[in-house]
Amino acid sequence: MGKGNSKQHQPNSNESTHNLKGTFIAVMLLGVFILVSWFGFYALFLSR
Amino acid sequence: MTKVQLPLSKKESRLYMAFMWVTYISLFVGGLMGLLQTLVRSGKYTLPFNIDYYTILTVHGVILGLVLTTFFIIGFQFSLMGKTVGISDKQLKVAWLSFWVMLVGTIMAAITILVGEASVLYTFYAPLRAHPAFYIGLALVIVGSWIAAFVNFRQLYVWKKAHKGEKSPLPAFMVIINMLMWFIATIGVATSVLVLFIPWSLGYAETINVLLSRTLFWYFGHPLVYFWLLPAYMAWYVVIPKIIGGKLFSDALARMAFILLLMFSIPVGFHHQLTEPGIDPTWKFIQVVLTFMVVIPSLMTAFSIFATFETTGRRKGFKSLFGWFKKLPWKDVRFLAPFIGMAAFIPGGAGGIVNASHQMNALVHNTIWITGHFHLTAATTVVLTFFGITYWLVPHLTGRRLTPRLNKLGIIQTFIWTFGMTIMSGSMHIQGLLGGPRRSSFSEYAGGEQVATWINYQIAQAVGGTILFIGILLMVYIFIQLTFFAPRGVQEYPIAVEEDDAEPTPKILENWYLWIGITIALILFAYTIPVIDIIKHSPPGSPPFDWLIGR
Amino acid sequence: MHLHKYEKIWLVFGMASLVLFLLIIGFAAFWKGTHPQSHMETIDPQNVEAHDAFKPENLGIREVADGKYIVNIVASAFNYDFGKDTEGNANKTIRVPKGSTVLYQITTKDVVHGFQVAGTNVNMMVEPGHISRYEAVMKNVGEFTIVCNEYCGIGHHQMYGTVEVYE
Repeated sequence: MGKGNSKQHQPNSNESTHNLKGTFIAVMLLGVFILVSWFGFYALFLSR
Repeated sequence: MTKVQLPLSKKESRLYMAFMWVTYISLFVGGLMGLLQTLVRSGKYTLPFNIDYYTILTVHGVILGLVLTTFFIIGFQFSLMGKTVGISDKQLKVAWLSFWVMLVGTIMAAITILVGEASVLYTFYAPLRAHPAFYIGLALVIVGSWIAAFVNFRQLYVWKKAHKGEKSPLPAFMVIINMLMWFIATIGVATSVLVLFIPWSLGYAETINVLLSRTLFWYFGHPLVYFWLLPAYMAWYVVIPKIIGGKLFSDALARMAFILLLMFSIPVGFHHQLTEPGIDPTWKFIQVVLTFMVVIPSLMTAFSIFATFETTGRRKGFKSLFGWFKKLPWKDVRFLAPFIGMAAFIPGGAGGIVNASHQMNALVHNTIWITGHFHLTAATTVVLTFFGITYWLVPHLTGRRLTPRLNKLGIIQTFIWTFGMTIMSGSMHIQGLLGGPRRSSFSEYAGGEQVATWINYQIAQAVGGTILFIGILLMVYIFIQLTFFAPRGVQEYPIAVEEDDAEPTPKILENWYLWIGITIALILFAYTIPVIDIIKHSPPGSPPFDWLIGR
Repeated sequence: MHLHKYEKIWLVFGMASLVLFLLIIGFAAFWKGTHPQSHMETIDPQNVEAHDAFKPENLGIREVADGKYIVNIVASAFNYDFGKDTEGNANKTIRVPKGSTVLYQITTKDVVHGFQVAGTNVNMMVEPGHISRYEAVMKNVGEFTIVCNEYCGIGHHQMYGTVEVYE
């Protein structure tokens, strides 16, 4: 899962369509949501 | 792939519509029961004619959880197969057989429940005993679905023989994965019903092994929810890109996600049994780890969906970071309904991780949080996606069009559903965290502050349930319009194609022996030792109890 | 199979989060012993009195050491048997001081039941032929409703009790 050779395979003609910055931000927000909610419920579990 | 969509003949369309009919009749009947439940639980309403709460609860669970889902899924999947690999006359006949076997089973089970002989809920936990007709009816539904599965397998096999060396169309590949998973999973519940329940309910066996029956049920019970989810994923991967004017993000990644779902959906049933006695906690934890693995294909799916949106938007020229998002076709109900389904899967999935977190399960186990959870995942994510499919599938099959007026009604329906479900599922989640139990009629228990708080949330659930029922009425109206009254025309069957310069899909993704082999190996790993333990250390069996369910 | 750079980061992040969750609950389960209720002892459901803990005179709460209690319960449709008080009336309330350690032991004479002290982590399935037991520290003061949270028949919602934790 390293950075590896992902760059080489990217077709040049499609450069603009492979800009996935928005996607990246969206999924990372999703990940943060999962993390925060899990720790929130775990804290509730521990408090009981 | 799928350069040319196959036309659906009139004969085929009739079959697929038959499945849709059962779906929408079920929606109405099951939804009405749901409404009555929320009203009873508000404490302000009692059922007429001495009808028992648990009878309508059983109808609700069986009709919506087992019947509506299975009929819609099999009908939709048949149409995907018909569109991409075709169906022969002989296969069509056998497909009709599957429909009738399932329908006879459904009617048998439904009547048994309605006359009060099977108030055992859809999980039918032993040693509560229903009338044998209930178990036989359920067995027929499963057998009917197996017939459908084998027709699907045959369809792809025939296509492959005629298209040597070509990769199978993606939708067909996905259908086969789902039916494989379904077949492997239902072997568990079928064994339980045929070997344990039917002889015992008929009186041939005096006792039943309760823990074994529950373990076999949950071996099936978790893949069951993935059996609902995978058709929604099919729509997200192959239908939604087309509706928004884009192409497949990645054929290979979609296949990979489905393979992972096949492998990790089944060996995870213990996460429904985390607080049960008689199962070694180490094996519970092993299945918890496997449960967490099944999150990975959903993480892949989330990326894939956003990427499809962004790629499509950027190709249309939206340059800003989130401009592509604003310009999605929000006014097209074929997009909006599934989109809200996707959004609901964010809290739904996060909640699912909490449920499966081993000892943390005690926080929520059998509280109404769980009911809130699957009303978010199944009744919102899956159901809104199924509604989204209905808007184009039904007119496509009946040779009509989704008119702007019906589209608008659909959008209103989607908002009603979202609003009602937010209230109902939200208050279920909160009440569950406060300890409120699921599957319970109205009760003030020992009274006190805690119970008073629960009842307030139950009133909120009745408000949400009422709004949802209005949504159901509207959806049934739309279905009838699309079936009989919408103007004649051609409604597109949206299936996205790959990018022209897409990378070739690795051949290994269609190595069925490999994936089925790993799936079976994982199941054997996760279940062999604990099941032997359960059988070896089983206590004296349980005799049946009839009077407890009012028989 | 080609993975976009961002997808790789996302998947690594997501899987790392899952591993983190598993490490936390795995550590708590295996090193701190906080597994979910998984008691392995079996019993004859038609003769639960044969087990010492479930003899009628041993039902209900008993202090076994300073601040340590055992509560024995027999569940049946649609009642929890917590024993009788000195006047011979059925006990419905368990009273313990805050901070006490309580071991709940329960079995059923008939069908599957649930046993949850709502608002605490005491939440377990009760199945015929098996004994469920769970030890909990009652950390918070209050009245907690005991509910049967697994469907056991038409009177399921009438099956309850109370745990009172006082200062």
